[in-house]
Amino acid sequence: MTNAELLDKIRSKFGDYIIEHDEFRGELSVTIEKEKLVELMNFLKNEPDLQFDYLVLMTAVDFPEREERFDLVYELRSLTYKMVMRVKTRTKDGEAVDSISGIWHSADWDERETYDMFGIKFNNHPDLRRILMPDDWEGHPLRKDYPLKGKPGDDSWLDRHLPEGLLKKPKHTRMP
Amino acid sequence: MNESYVVNNEQEVILNVGPQHPATHGVLRYVVKLDGEKIVDSDPQVGFLHRGIEKLAEYMTYHQFNPYTDRLDYLASMNNNLAYVMAVEKLLGIENQIPERAQYIRVIMSELGRIASHLVWLATHALDIGAMTVFLYCFREREYIIDMFEMACGNRLTYNYIRVGGVARDLPDGFMDRLKEFVNLFYDKVKEYHQLLTKNRIWLKRTKDIGYISKEDAVNYGIAGPCTRGSGVDWDLRRDMPYLVYPDLNFEIPVYEEGDVYARYLVRMDEMVQSNRILEQCIERIPDGPVMIDEPKYVWEPKERVMMNNYALMKHFVKVVKGFKAPPGEVYFGAENPKGELGFYIYSTGEGKPYRLKIRAPSFINISAMPKMVKGGLIADIISVIGSLDFVFGECDR
Repeated sequence: MTNAELLDKIRSKFGDYIIEHDEFRGELSVTIEKEKLVELMNFLKNEPDLQFDYLVLMTAVDFPEREERFDLVYELRSLTYKMVMRVKTRTKDGEAVDSISGIWHSADWDERETYDMFGIKFNNHPDLRRILMPDDWEGHPLRKDYPLKGKPGDDSWLDRHLPEGLLKKPKHTRMP
Repeated sequence: MNESYVVNNEQEVILNVGPQHPATHGVLRYVVKLDGEKIVDSDPQVGFLHRGIEKLAEYMTYHQFNPYTDRLDYLASMNNNLAYVMAVEKLLGIENQIPERAQYIRVIMSELGRIASHLVWLATHALDIGAMTVFLYCFREREYIIDMFEMACGNRLTYNYIRVGGVARDLPDGFMDRLKEFVNLFYDKVKEYHQLLTKNRIWLKRTKDIGYISKEDAVNYGIAGPCTRGSGVDWDLRRDMPYLVYPDLNFEIPVYEEGDVYARYLVRMDEMVQSNRILEQCIERIPDGPVMIDEPKYVWEPKERVMMNNYALMKHFVKVVKGFKAPPGEVYFGAENPKGELGFYIYSTGEGKPYRLKIRAPSFINISAMPKMVKGGLIADIISVIGSLDFVFGECDR
């Protein structure tokens, strides 16, 4: 199935909810409104001639100047038909998105990571907590307004966790 | 609060495995809830090696980020370079212009990397279960490969050899002879490992029917590479979404249906033989020619010209400091790594640096399936399941 046929198939069912679509280097990406995300994902997975049964990755991209700040990106693959496509959706800061971990289990940890790194919350997620950063970390590192070296002069996490006087605080190394 | 931390009755005990346990292959903290020796529930905790590589990538030019990919899966750095470089080339739209010799060198390097990574896997997996001899044998053969890498690029662990547009330099004199020597020798070595393990009664008891995951679950959990092929999923990116010169080469994809630790062991053992077959064909077919694309916009000047020519030095300076501008757009490229599918998602806004770079780390996803595999088993099974999943924390935690 070519990308154009695939797009037509999605359009026939979700035409009103598609915000935009794009094709770059042979990869189709479709941006859909977030209310319809789970429905679209179920459709893509269960439709007999699509069968996108494999979630390759799930992540987010931050655009701080935009009102709907985050792009959520889902990279799908059909092992049966050897097709790939990308589904995207948008959300505002502080608004939750429906979890798709009930459809593909691999989204479980990916959503936890997205929550950890961007602070996007997911509805109906079985166990949404931080995964890579410590549980009591403040802030979400992959947001564009989070400084590369951490917040300057903010050692509150180290203060809480290092024994007094026993260890020296690490100095920040120089980065470009 | 996760369920694995709640004890329901007096029988149950919560046990911490790691993060400094020698069999966790790095820094995995594994919290298991036990009823006697039986695992009721478990929760792997990762992130102890988190270095923020994805954040760093947003502040770097595309060339600058190349050495950082070495530090992901440090047992197969060549394969990481390849996956990243192919993703950038896809973004630039030059993936079809790579010279054929460079493509063959890339295949040789990535297959050697696969064998080296699988050898470390076999060595440590067997050592964890108690077979010491295999460890010594595997590291002996790995030394051959590491020496070859050292010949080609001067480093033994972090290579940075595969670059955007080709490879850093041509193969040195004598490399192909060493490679031929290794390829001829290696079939017999795999037979040696088989003799030591495949029908060994202790090995069978520790690996058969342990860590089972079904075909549907393997796909649904997203686990990749040899782990899925041990569950009967016939999928390999080298064949199904081909890149480089893999379509011209003749090799088989080993698939086993059992879905246990032993099946994953057999898959990797067969993969080593198939990689060796690919190397054999590459030795016969590798053509002469350039190893770098002729595209001055994206590629650094040759070192000789930089040293001799003032204008080349200026161009070199600009390219190193500012990098090249990639067209706006987003791409995903995944390559078949020894651990599974390593993919890079790059979002470019047309600047010299990626706006967002996401690494799809196979180790991260394989660990997420661990609770499913060990549930209902015995505490000792954790060690063999960890060994069979073959993860590396540089890649999992990024």
